[in-house]
Amino acid sequence: MAEPALLTVERLAMRFGGIVAIDDLSFVAANRQITAIIGPNGAGKTTVFNCLTGFYKPPIGRMTLWREGQPLYLERLDGFRIARAGVARTFQNIRLFPRMTALENLIVAQHNRLMRASGYTLGALLGLVPYAAAESGAIDRARGWLRRVGLEAEADQFAGNLPYGAQRRLEIARAMCTEPALLCLDEPAAGLNPRESAELNRLLTAIRDEFGIGILLIEHDMSVVMGISDHIVVLEYGRKIADGPPAAVRSDPRVIKAYLGEEDAA
Amino acid sequence: MAFFLQQLINGVTLGSIYGLIAIGYTMVYGIIGMINFAHGEVYMIGAFVAVIVFTVLASVGGMGVVGGLLLVLIAAMAITAAYGWSIERVAYRPLRRSFRLAPLISAIGMSILLQNYVQLSQGARIKPLQPIIEGGMILMDRGGFAVRLSYIQIFIFLLTLALMAAFALIIAKTPLGRAQRACEQDRTMAALLGVDVDRTISLTFVVGAMLAAVAGVMVTLYYGVIDFFIGFLAGLKAFTAAVLGGIGSLPGAVLGGLLIGLIETFWSAYFSVEYKDVAAFAILVIVLVFLPTGLLGRPEVEKV
Repeated sequence: MAEPALLTVERLAMRFGGIVAIDDLSFVAANRQITAIIGPNGAGKTTVFNCLTGFYKPPIGRMTLWREGQPLYLERLDGFRIARAGVARTFQNIRLFPRMTALENLIVAQHNRLMRASGYTLGALLGLVPYAAAESGAIDRARGWLRRVGLEAEADQFAGNLPYGAQRRLEIARAMCTEPALLCLDEPAAGLNPRESAELNRLLTAIRDEFGIGILLIEHDMSVVMGISDHIVVLEYGRKIADGPPAAVRSDPRVIKAYLGEEDAA
Repeated sequence: MAFFLQQLINGVTLGSIYGLIAIGYTMVYGIIGMINFAHGEVYMIGAFVAVIVFTVLASVGGMGVVGGLLLVLIAAMAITAAYGWSIERVAYRPLRRSFRLAPLISAIGMSILLQNYVQLSQGARIKPLQPIIEGGMILMDRGGFAVRLSYIQIFIFLLTLALMAAFALIIAKTPLGRAQRACEQDRTMAALLGVDVDRTISLTFVVGAMLAAVAGVMVTLYYGVIDFFIGFLAGLKAFTAAVLGGIGSLPGAVLGGLLIGLIETFWSAYFSVEYKDVAAFAILVIVLVFLPTGLLGRPEVEKV
């Protein structure tokens, strides 16, 4: 792999009671690459995301985010510190702030920068810090992203009132407004029509190429996965059964078996 | 007519004070879904700080009314802010992941603790205060009944208005306000965007406590007497105001506060003073029967 590692997951395991959700999972996601995690339902894909973003604290394993050569051990960080470390995420069932406008959703995502710039709000209220520039910078960035995902006209609408496809795009834009190093997308193409899905492909490859960040993608839509991924990790029952470039994974007999069943069933 | 006008003035003054306290209830409810029953006590502590600082200033002397008032407000806000922060830290945060009733019981315990602590340390007798802002103007004099608008009432009304405007600005336009609204709608998601949820909740308590402190200072100035027990009824009234306006809604808290203040004043004026609390709470019951979410409340949607 030419690009340096951005995320290394080593020997990750997660159990719920007696159920093994993830078992001894190791993989690497690189900078400037789209790494897809695929697998049949219940393979543990979303659990991996939940571990990465601090929802679950895995008892075993290490998740390291490399930033400027420095390791950050995600399993040791609280949720909001993981976000500050540079991991952003979207959800299968969209989680925007429904009673905030599209624009505000993107400004909240820049909370940390604004909080610092405003002297933790108090400074700005007392007029001690020049806060206006930071605020307008944040608004410009947010508007830039709205334009990019084609929601400029909907800036002042409540996020909850936007159509489904628009909410999905807004959620990606919001994740990008946190200026992540690693963007984790949980089924971004779910519920999109073919045209929207093609747009999504363009957006994701553009994000990868322009911002040079790593994207981790959970997806069922194989046209998306095979179309844009640089690297695919296949899970089945919480175990990794294949790992490699799309062409290799597609022809891997174990992957075919996991997806289509035994040879005679196919 | 003159009598009516006078009652309107009195009612709005009282209602402003209730509204300021009610904001604290509604904000905390909005962000963590619990009723902070110790909030009335924070208001009472604000009033005590006012009396103490005024008394000290009077004995030292040398400060004008404006400077003295400013100092009292700052002192009351700073000290109650510390109380608000500590209450959350000690009594609520450890119970954040516990069952729903636990922090409520803890809040009632905190309320009793603070009441008794002030009673012990400051004594149970009422504390009087010399009038600081005296005088007023006669708006109308008809049939021997003069409608008076005192300067203290103007002060209370203007300060409340200014604070509410500032507060609305904070909620709408500052990073803290946005973080508060984000936490209110989806705490987990807010954390995933890098918002320090614990700190945001702490600051919510601090801001609520500061508003209650201002209400405490104003009551001290207005009535001139306080005791360790004033937080109970005022807290209950402000809570009623928040529920009446729709708990979780900030404009609702202000509207509810004004309504409770007006109902109480008009009832006392036209019917009987003894039953003014009954009137206020009866209105609450009636409104809730027909509008369970309050006047400006949003219907509760269960999150899945």
